[in-house]
Amino acid sequence: MSHLLEVKDLEVNFALWSGELTAIDGISFSLDRGERLGIVGESGAGKSVTGFAIINLISRPGYISGGKILFEDQELNRLPEDEMRAIRGNRISMIFQDPMMTLNPVLTIATQMTETVLAHEDVSKAEAMDIALEKLKKVHIPSPEKRLQQYPHECSGGMRQRIVIAIALLTNPGLIIADEPTTALDVTIQAEIMDLLLELCESEKMGLILITHDLGVVSQITEKIVVMYAGKIVESGSTTSVVQNPQHPYTQGLIKALPGIIPPGSRLNQIPGMMPNLTEIPRGCAFHPRCTISDTICSTDVPALISKEQQGRLVACHMIK
Amino acid sequence: MVRKKTTVKAVNAVSFKIMPQETLGVVGESGCGKSTLARAVLGLYPPNSGEIHYQDQRIDRLSPQQMLPFRKKMQMIFQDPYASLNPRMTVNKILAEPVYFHNKSISAQAAKDKVAEVMRQVGVDPAWAGRYPHEFSGGQRQRISIARALMVDPEFVVADEPVSALDVSIQAQILNLMMEAQEKRGLTYMFITHDLSVVKHISTRVAVMYLGTICELAPTQTLYEQPTHPYTRALLSAIPELGVQKPKHLKLKGEVPTPINLPSGCVFHGRCIYANERCTVEIPRLIEQDSGAYVACHGVEEKRI
Repeated sequence: MSHLLEVKDLEVNFALWSGELTAIDGISFSLDRGERLGIVGESGAGKSVTGFAIINLISRPGYISGGKILFEDQELNRLPEDEMRAIRGNRISMIFQDPMMTLNPVLTIATQMTETVLAHEDVSKAEAMDIALEKLKKVHIPSPEKRLQQYPHECSGGMRQRIVIAIALLTNPGLIIADEPTTALDVTIQAEIMDLLLELCESEKMGLILITHDLGVVSQITEKIVVMYAGKIVESGSTTSVVQNPQHPYTQGLIKALPGIIPPGSRLNQIPGMMPNLTEIPRGCAFHPRCTISDTICSTDVPALISKEQQGRLVACHMIK
Repeated sequence: MVRKKTTVKAVNAVSFKIMPQETLGVVGESGCGKSTLARAVLGLYPPNSGEIHYQDQRIDRLSPQQMLPFRKKMQMIFQDPYASLNPRMTVNKILAEPVYFHNKSISAQAAKDKVAEVMRQVGVDPAWAGRYPHEFSGGQRQRISIARALMVDPEFVVADEPVSALDVSIQAQILNLMMEAQEKRGLTYMFITHDLSVVKHISTRVAVMYLGTICELAPTQTLYEQPTHPYTRALLSAIPELGVQKPKHLKLKGEVPTPINLPSGCVFHGRCIYANERCTVEIPRLIEQDSGAYVACHGVEEKRI
C-alpha cells in the first residue's frame, strides 16, 4: 500500500526584489495512515512553511519551486485550486498555534462549525449541527449544546483549542497538521491537548504532523521525527532512537541545551551563534559555523541526507561515519 | 447606564523572603499573578495592603524621590526583547540612559566606557553600540536588555520570563549568561517563569503560585523530588519529558477560575481531588513541613495527603 502522504524533494522559494530565497531546500519524508510525525527545529528552520506547502497555502511571493507532494495518490502541488479546496480542510485539516486567531470572534461556535460541514458535505443544516455536536463531544467539551451557542471569547484558551480540534475533525480527515498547537497554552492544558490528539489519532486512524520547537512534546506522542535546520532536514528517524541517541551535531546540541538533563545550576550546553538568516545561508553544510566538529569539507560541500548505521535513521553530516 | 466596576485580586496575602545571592524561582500558569507579584516587589504597582522590606527598610510607602536609591539597586528584565527596547534609540543610548539617570555628574567618556564594558560582559560587540534594536536578533536583544539591567550595578534583579520568547539554543546561552553574571556580581534573582525545567535549573528555592497565592515554597530539590501540594504535583506531572512516551499526568478537573470572583477558602479547592468541607471555607496558611517546604494545604496539614 502506498503512503498516506509523501513529500519528495520539496522546494519552496520566495521571489523577493532582492532575489530568490530558498526557504525549503529539497526535503523528503513520508507518513502512513494513522502515523504520527514530528517536525522540530528552531524558528526560521522552515517547519511551518513545510506545513503550509503540504496544503498548498504558500502565499506570494512564495511558491513551490520543485518537488512533489503526494497525498492519497494525488499530486497536490499540481491540483487546480477548486480540486485542492476539496482536500484542504476536508481530507487534510490544519490546527494553528493561537486558537484566538483561528476562530472568528464575531461568529458563534455553531456557525463556524456548521460552515465547514456545509462547505464540504451535502447535508442539511440540522444534520451539520448534529455533526458539530458529535465532534465537540469527541474532544471532551462539557455541555457542548451550550458551547455551540457561545462566542470564542466566552471560552478559555484550552477550551478554544479543543474547539479548533473539533473543527479539524468535522470532515473526518485522513491527516491533521498541527502547527505549534500548544505553544500558547499552559503546561497542564498542553498535557491535556496532547492526550486528546493522541487519543483521536488512535481512535480515528488519523495521520498527524506535529510541528513544534519543543522536543519534549514531540517525544511524547510521535513515532517518527524530522529535525530541520535552515530549510533542510538534518536528521530523521524513529522518535525514540533520535531522542535517545541523536547523531547530528545540531540535534545533539538541541537536546543537550535543554535544562533538566544536566545537574541544576551547572552551565547549559549552548550551541554558539544562531540560525542563519535565509539571505545568508552559509555554503556547504548550513550548520558548519556553529558546529564543534566541522572540518574543511563542511564549508564547501553540502552533506547528503543518508542512512547511517542505525536502521531507518537518516543523517546529513560529513563527519559522521 | 452605569458600568459596574470590578476588582481583580491579582495577588493575595503573599509572604516570602529572598535571601542575598539566591535565586527565587516563581512558577505558575498564566494569570496566577506571578508578573503582578514581580512588579509589586519592585514598587511598580502599589500594594493595597501588606509590606515590602528591602534590607530591613520598608519600601512600599516611599515617595518616588525616596525610592530612587532603591531603584538603582533593583532592576528588571522583561520577557519580550522586541517590546522592551525603544526602537528609536541606539543601543548606546538605551544602555547609557540608566547610568545618567542615577549619576547625573558622570562624564560622557566614563558613561561610554561603562557601556562598552557591560556590552562585552554580556557578549555583544561594543562596536555595535551605534546600532538600533531592530538590527539585532532576539537573543542579542535579550543580552542588551540584561546589559541595561546591569548598567547601574544592581544587587537584586527581577527577571520576568526572560527566556520564554527565545529558541532552545538561544535560551541556553541566555541562562548561562545570567548564571555567570550572578556568580561574578553576587546578584540576587527573582526569576519568574512558567517553564518548570528552566526554573528547576536556575533556582535555589521555588515558589509555586496559583490564582494569586503561593501554594508551595520549597528548596528546588525538595520541590521536584517530593512535591507536596496537590497543585504542585499536577503541575510537575504535566512537564513533557524527553523520551517518555504517552504522558501520564495527573488530570485536574475544571479550569482556573477568574480572579474577579475568587473561590472561598482554598483557591484551589474546586479543582482538587482531596478537597473537603474545610477547604471550601477556610483559607490555608503556608505551614512548614519536615522536608523544609512550606505548603498551604489543609489536606497536608491534616496528614490526609
